[in-house]
Amino acid sequence: MTTTPTETAPATASPLRRLLPGAPAGRDPRGSTLLRHLAVAVFAGTLVVLVTNQLAPYQNLQVARVCAFLCVTAGHTVLVGLNGQLSLGHGALMATGAYTVALTQQALDERAVRGWWTLPASLLAGVAVTALGGLVVGLAAARLRGPYLAGVTLAVATLVPAVTTIFTGVFNGEQGLSFPAQTPPAALGAYFQPERWLAWIALAAALLTMLLLANLVRSRFGRSLVVVRDDEVAARLAGIPVARTQVLAFVVSAACAGLGGGVYAMLTATVAPGKFPLDLSLFLLMAIVIGGLGSLAGAVWGAVLLVALQDLPGLLTEHLSLSAGLAQRLEGNLALAVFGLVLIVVMLAAPGGLQGGVRALTARLRGAVRRRPATRRSPDR
Amino acid sequence: MERFWFLTFDGLAAGAVYAAFALALVLIWRAARVVNFAQGAMAVATAYVGYAVVSATGSYWLGLAAAILSGLALGALVERVLMRFAGPGGPLNQVIVALGLVLVIQAVLGMIFGNEYRPAPAPFDTDALTIAGVAALSPYDLWVLGAALTVVALLAVLFTRTPIGLRMRAAAFAPEVSRLLGVSVGRMLTLGWALAAAVGALAGMLVVPTGLGLHSHAMDLVFVIAFTAAVVGGLDSPVGAVVGGLLVGLILSYVTGYLGPDTTPLAVLVLLLAVLLVRPGGLFSAARARHV
Amino acid sequence: MRTTTRRVLAAAAGLALLAALPACADDEKQAAENVPGVSDSEVVIGTHQPLTGPAAPGYSKISAATKAYFEHVNAKGGVHGRKIVYKVMDDGYNPANTENVVRKLVLDDKVFALLGGLGTPTHTNVLEFVKTQKVPDLFVASGSRNWNEPDKYPTTFGWQPDYTVEGKILASYVKREFPGAKVCHFGQNDDFGRDSLVGVEQVLGPVAAKQTYTTTNQQVGPAIGALRAAGCQVVISATIPGFTALAMGQAAGQGFKAQWVVSNVGADYTTLAAQLGDKKVILEGMVADNYLPNVADTANPWIQEFTKIHQKYNAGNPVDGNAIYGYSMAYTFVQAMLAAGPDPTREKLVEAVRKGGFRGPGLVPFRYADGVHAGYGGVRLTKVSNGVQEYFGPAYTTDDGDGAVTEFTEPPTNPPADAVPTA
Repeated sequence: MTTTPTETAPATASPLRRLLPGAPAGRDPRGSTLLRHLAVAVFAGTLVVLVTNQLAPYQNLQVARVCAFLCVTAGHTVLVGLNGQLSLGHGALMATGAYTVALTQQALDERAVRGWWTLPASLLAGVAVTALGGLVVGLAAARLRGPYLAGVTLAVATLVPAVTTIFTGVFNGEQGLSFPAQTPPAALGAYFQPERWLAWIALAAALLTMLLLANLVRSRFGRSLVVVRDDEVAARLAGIPVARTQVLAFVVSAACAGLGGGVYAMLTATVAPGKFPLDLSLFLLMAIVIGGLGSLAGAVWGAVLLVALQDLPGLLTEHLSLSAGLAQRLEGNLALAVFGLVLIVVMLAAPGGLQGGVRALTARLRGAVRRRPATRRSPDR
Repeated sequence: MERFWFLTFDGLAAGAVYAAFALALVLIWRAARVVNFAQGAMAVATAYVGYAVVSATGSYWLGLAAAILSGLALGALVERVLMRFAGPGGPLNQVIVALGLVLVIQAVLGMIFGNEYRPAPAPFDTDALTIAGVAALSPYDLWVLGAALTVVALLAVLFTRTPIGLRMRAAAFAPEVSRLLGVSVGRMLTLGWALAAAVGALAGMLVVPTGLGLHSHAMDLVFVIAFTAAVVGGLDSPVGAVVGGLLVGLILSYVTGYLGPDTTPLAVLVLLLAVLLVRPGGLFSAARARHV
Repeated sequence: MRTTTRRVLAAAAGLALLAALPACADDEKQAAENVPGVSDSEVVIGTHQPLTGPAAPGYSKISAATKAYFEHVNAKGGVHGRKIVYKVMDDGYNPANTENVVRKLVLDDKVFALLGGLGTPTHTNVLEFVKTQKVPDLFVASGSRNWNEPDKYPTTFGWQPDYTVEGKILASYVKREFPGAKVCHFGQNDDFGRDSLVGVEQVLGPVAAKQTYTTTNQQVGPAIGALRAAGCQVVISATIPGFTALAMGQAAGQGFKAQWVVSNVGADYTTLAAQLGDKKVILEGMVADNYLPNVADTANPWIQEFTKIHQKYNAGNPVDGNAIYGYSMAYTFVQAMLAAGPDPTREKLVEAVRKGGFRGPGLVPFRYADGVHAGYGGVRLTKVSNGVQEYFGPAYTTDDGDGAVTEFTEPPTNPPADAVPTA
């Protein structure tokens, strides 16, 4: 189950570049990688900001949610796709970040500590605490493989309601916590749309995550991740500390999930255990595989998909007029059935995920000059 | 002490159910090297079929047979139509297809049967027999336990004594070599899925009367616990599934009884870590876990 | 490469400058908009409901009834000439989805008000948002006391009796009928169970034993075993329907015979009997409470009217306690809209509910007043005998504090023509 058979070739091609069709192609000296990623990030960021200026409040919230999920899926896809460690527990890691941010924001607010820096500080705390959680899980995970790792992380995913109920004094049980909502700075004007401000914060977090991960993936560490995934023995022979690489991958991935969870909490200024059910963890995995495992661009697809999944129910039946009994059975269910079918069809039609499909398509459009063979390693069993 | 015995019996009764379901997971792992996340939803679907037959004919046993047969068919169908084509993308793709299948099955069941819990009568009395003042196992619990153990015995015979069972194992462990040796790997996979789904269907019929009733989400929780049980026991071992199931059932019962119902997920995690950190392939792993 | 990089950077910088400029124009326009969701011909309102997922059984039928009632009212000419459009959004009982669909309803669909959002953990998470948006948040479908905090959440109102009110009345029945008996409590491990226990202990003092369950753990055997071991003679139970059936089934299986006294939320006989099938005999003698017309009482004029509406607009679903709940809540909403006058605003609607004074299908009055946003102030007891759940004794009212439990003697009202309120 740990095998990751997609044509993850980001060791040679920057995944972030795929975000920008027609961006300057390869041939770059190694030193400019950071700069190029930075340029792409600034460009993408500006584009999104321009778009958010045209959007209504709810659409901006959707953008913000995509960005929050992107932090998580990007880190998750690096762990599962590039390092081959399956985690079904990223929902719980998100919750860790979310609760840390909520508790920090509450504590600061109670002490009347205010200022622009409080949110970044809380998010940083969220990242730190979640990274620590990732370290603990990662230490156990480094000893486990395949379904056994899946079993442990699945158990982690179900922890959130238990922990919040046991320590009700801190986490307030299943009611959860709320903290003051973020408001746009006065400099932006009295009528500045609050949702747009939220989208900008989430965007900043997502860009930062993508930028750091894109560089990490292209670094020496990024290459060791892939080597460890493909062949642990070879990795050892090459002097790569296998266990340490795996633990570190978990820590990095957890840190991203913590940031995403923190931003996710910030968007609604609430946390509750019910927001991080087992389904969320499963859907996160689904998102990165459908998006294209191991690819940061695929993580973007995945994040969009997660938001679509939340928005879909109601959209379909809203426009149908049905008899009451029938409507009641179809409402919600119809949307889920359609979504499930789409998942299956995508997975069968494009085994490399959406990004794999896009890649194949663009390669064909370019006349298939140096098309990467689409054959996959048969999973070692 | 009376409390302890009571909790022990309660745990065994629950554990028998988890064991039955864990068996289905183990079976599919042995046959296809994949954890079937749709096992729960598939079992619910077949249980709907089973109980439709029960209410039409009035016979539980006919219903049980119908559920198992529809399990066979559904398993083969899922393998032939979906998993076969998801397979080349790798096991994770199969996991995702299974998750998609869960959504589809649950939604379709909701559309056809509505969202209500439907009663799922048990074939035997569910009132516990009292032993020395302690409410012990009910006849129904004994039937569940007996059914699970019978399936284990049958599977053991199938996999170690019959040519077809050996071929199935070979096809799962070394598909390339098996193909060279003339084993029809594809057919073995279909058979494996069909068998596993049939066992899952049986487990579903056993589980549903002990829970809230027949409902599209009836197996959600059971799936998670049974997966834990299978992992604890070792995914390759049917005996491990039964031992794991009983162990998890007992621990959940003790923890619920002595510490309260909220703490069970923590206890499950502790159990998993305690077992897997010592034996990374589960209690009954034959060899050291291979690095897949 | 270097030059392309520089070019991209320059372009990006230029874009960034552009991006900062045109941010405000449309926002100001938006702020000046008039009453959202109200046009000359329509009033658009919305809700979040568990149409799918584990909370869907039973509860998914409430909004179907509410919708059917509005169709009925619309066919009779609507409220002040406006048709009511009820947007039902599925949240699957997941608070993250609730937050999302409520934002969609308020920001995107621009609903006038929210009506009957279902669930404590789900709705708790949208209280702050609803407050900042100043959306009337009427008749939350849960008995938590959270909805009765007018200082913190001035637009949120409860509707059903809260769990503490219920607990007090159930406990005072137990105190009267089972003097000296060992009374225990079995509850959900959240506000539902806790608020109920508060009410029970307010009347009875500390209970002999208390056990809880959590919805993600169906192993209720140990809890029931503990109640049995403690020698409980009466169990007051704050459980949702599935767990009422599960707990009573476990008790029967263990040979544990006690008088079950169950909160209204988990005591609808139709729902429980459907779930238990042949085992429904264990419900015999179960005491519970209700505050709406009894669905089994076909002679009741409210039930007759609602059944007529049901057959016309909601025929696919059974007439049960959930349906009656949906109809009655919709009825109260129409009363509130009428009271808000022919040119409703959000403020007028909130003010109309605060004034209260509505009488309708409910057996007792609402507690709505200045500073009180709680719904029905009491309940009447029911008992299952020979497979029928029937009322007995008088209705009682009380509050969620230390107020006394008093009999309520006013007779119930009769429905207006077609069960559509006129003023």
